[in-house]
Amino acid sequence: MTTVTEATGGAPVRTVRPRGGIGRSVRDSLVVAQRNLIRMLRIPEVVIFGLIQPIMFVVLFTYVFGGSINVPGAPVGDAQAYHEFLMAGIFAQTVTFATAGAGAGIADDMHKGLIDRFRSLPMSRGAVLTGRTLADLVQTALTLVVLAVVALLIGWRTHENLAEVLAGFALLLLLGYAFSWIGALIGLTVRTPEAATSGGLIWLFPLTFISNAFVPVNGMPAFLQHVAEWNPFSATVAAARLLFGNTIAGVPRSVTGAWPMEHPVVASVIWSVLIIVVFRTLAVRKYRSATA
Amino acid sequence: MPGAIYAEGLVKTFGDVRALDGVDLDVPEGTVLGMLGPNGAGKTTAVRVLTTLLRPDRGKAVVAGIDVLARPDEVRRSIGLSGQFAAVDEYLTGRENLTMVGRLYQMSGREAKRRAVELLERFHLGDAADRITKTYSGGMRRRLDLAAALVVSPPVMFMDEPTTGLDPRNRQELWDVIQELVAGGTTLLLTTQYLEEADRLAHDICVVDHGRVIARGTADQLKARTGGERVEVVVHAPEHLTVADEVLRGFGKGEGTVDPHTRKLTVPVTGGAKLLAEVIRELDLRGVEIDDIGLRRPTLDDVFLSLTGHHAEGDADDGADDGSAGRADTDGGAVGRQKRGRGGAGTAGADTGTTSDREGVK
Repeated sequence: MTTVTEATGGAPVRTVRPRGGIGRSVRDSLVVAQRNLIRMLRIPEVVIFGLIQPIMFVVLFTYVFGGSINVPGAPVGDAQAYHEFLMAGIFAQTVTFATAGAGAGIADDMHKGLIDRFRSLPMSRGAVLTGRTLADLVQTALTLVVLAVVALLIGWRTHENLAEVLAGFALLLLLGYAFSWIGALIGLTVRTPEAATSGGLIWLFPLTFISNAFVPVNGMPAFLQHVAEWNPFSATVAAARLLFGNTIAGVPRSVTGAWPMEHPVVASVIWSVLIIVVFRTLAVRKYRSATA
Repeated sequence: MPGAIYAEGLVKTFGDVRALDGVDLDVPEGTVLGMLGPNGAGKTTAVRVLTTLLRPDRGKAVVAGIDVLARPDEVRRSIGLSGQFAAVDEYLTGRENLTMVGRLYQMSGREAKRRAVELLERFHLGDAADRITKTYSGGMRRRLDLAAALVVSPPVMFMDEPTTGLDPRNRQELWDVIQELVAGGTTLLLTTQYLEEADRLAHDICVVDHGRVIARGTADQLKARTGGERVEVVVHAPEHLTVADEVLRGFGKGEGTVDPHTRKLTVPVTGGAKLLAEVIRELDLRGVEIDDIGLRRPTLDDVFLSLTGHHAEGDADDGADDGSAGRADTDGGAVGRQKRGRGGAGTAGADTGTTSDREGVK
């Protein structure tokens, strides 16, 4: 935490215990996260709508596209193979929706003057944003659990041990957390919750569709294959697919030979951490000078 | 020794607009400074600089003995800020809001809870403590916002237009609270568009226009410059002007004005409402039919007119929008407008001209 201003003594306020550094940062972030989680409980519509869309996608993609899309290495028209192929993609797309939530939340706080209040308090500079992204992480985890149950009910199966499956979900959550930092930056930049929601969603469609999430990359034009396989989003999809055991033996991992597809787990971690570092730095810097 | 709030040569520009153009302030400990000015004068920008929210382009600021630019984090522990918008989380209860703020002031959880209970009682929010603040009235939200600013009993407080958008009853209630606070020795900088408010709450007043302090003094000194209260009469028919003028001269304490075009007569007086009643009786006795009559106290507009020769309004659209520059601010406009119709509370005369309708225009 380079952003915390060291708070040392000298304050004339009796009731305040001076604190500084990481301890204060963690504590403040948790206070803000708690606040955002309470809000989520009080506005459950948001969580519920957040669930409906991915469930709809799973059902629609599975039953509408399932018989028509050929997963490489699987028999033609094998709907179960596509269902297994699809789930990692749907999970990954779902976690990226945290972008819109974080963005809208932060923009709303700006709009209502809450960011000014927070900025006038002796709290850690990154805590408002970290608290928000942590709360979104909890919501994303909840969504994944419900989605996984629905997917299992309609026939999705994993074929690896529990540890690997959980590792797959951990990578998905890490991606979601990374994307919520992109959302935080958008929220601080656009100033209205409506703009943050659309600004947080529009680019997600090309990003998630030009990837290996919904269809096998080998059906795309050559240049799109390169884009798709280097897409950070694809790395996590490939990693989750691998860790869930939803790949078909003997099929090469990559069409273009892209490094992230050959090493999806490592690539997924690298991409997500990189996004967090870059966007957290930018967002916290923006927050410090935020003008409502 | 500089006061609890001290500023020297503060300059802040937003694009072409000089929101602050060399502001100097010095507020002695335990006193209240009322910063009076129209929208866009730079009041909010000054508050934002002093509360560490905005870095000035130039100048120096010291709050509670701490350099604002060099050690903002320490300043934050010694100040409370209550802004133009009730900055409370509408989906949290009153209690949760205050507890959260307490914890972010680095109190322990238990301490923050205890303090929240105390403040809720003090601000008459005890019954509503566990309701989400979305259900609160505007006045209740303002009180909660003020309570949040007082969580650590900060030695220095900033209130940016604390009564904007409140109805007269709620405004009165808030004034009582602020007076109580000041009696406890808190140093306060308060911005307002109402001379009446500054008069009631502040020891000293500074008048701001175009990012500059154009006058300083006590309320009495400023009023002396703008000429006290006046009776304003609008007669029903032009032929009554002469008689009415005669009557008013009898009560007046100085040169009056007669505007035949609007059939309006104005004369400076002393004696308040009691005198107004006498004027009405006398006019009635002399058979003068009146359309409107009122006791008019000096308004911000009068202060401006006498200090600058121009009206307070009219200037606000030059874009020096108090730091909310660029904000797509539909709320602010609405709140601002709401208050303005009531600008003349207490005077029968139409003094709504005091207050422009430009908030959030640009």
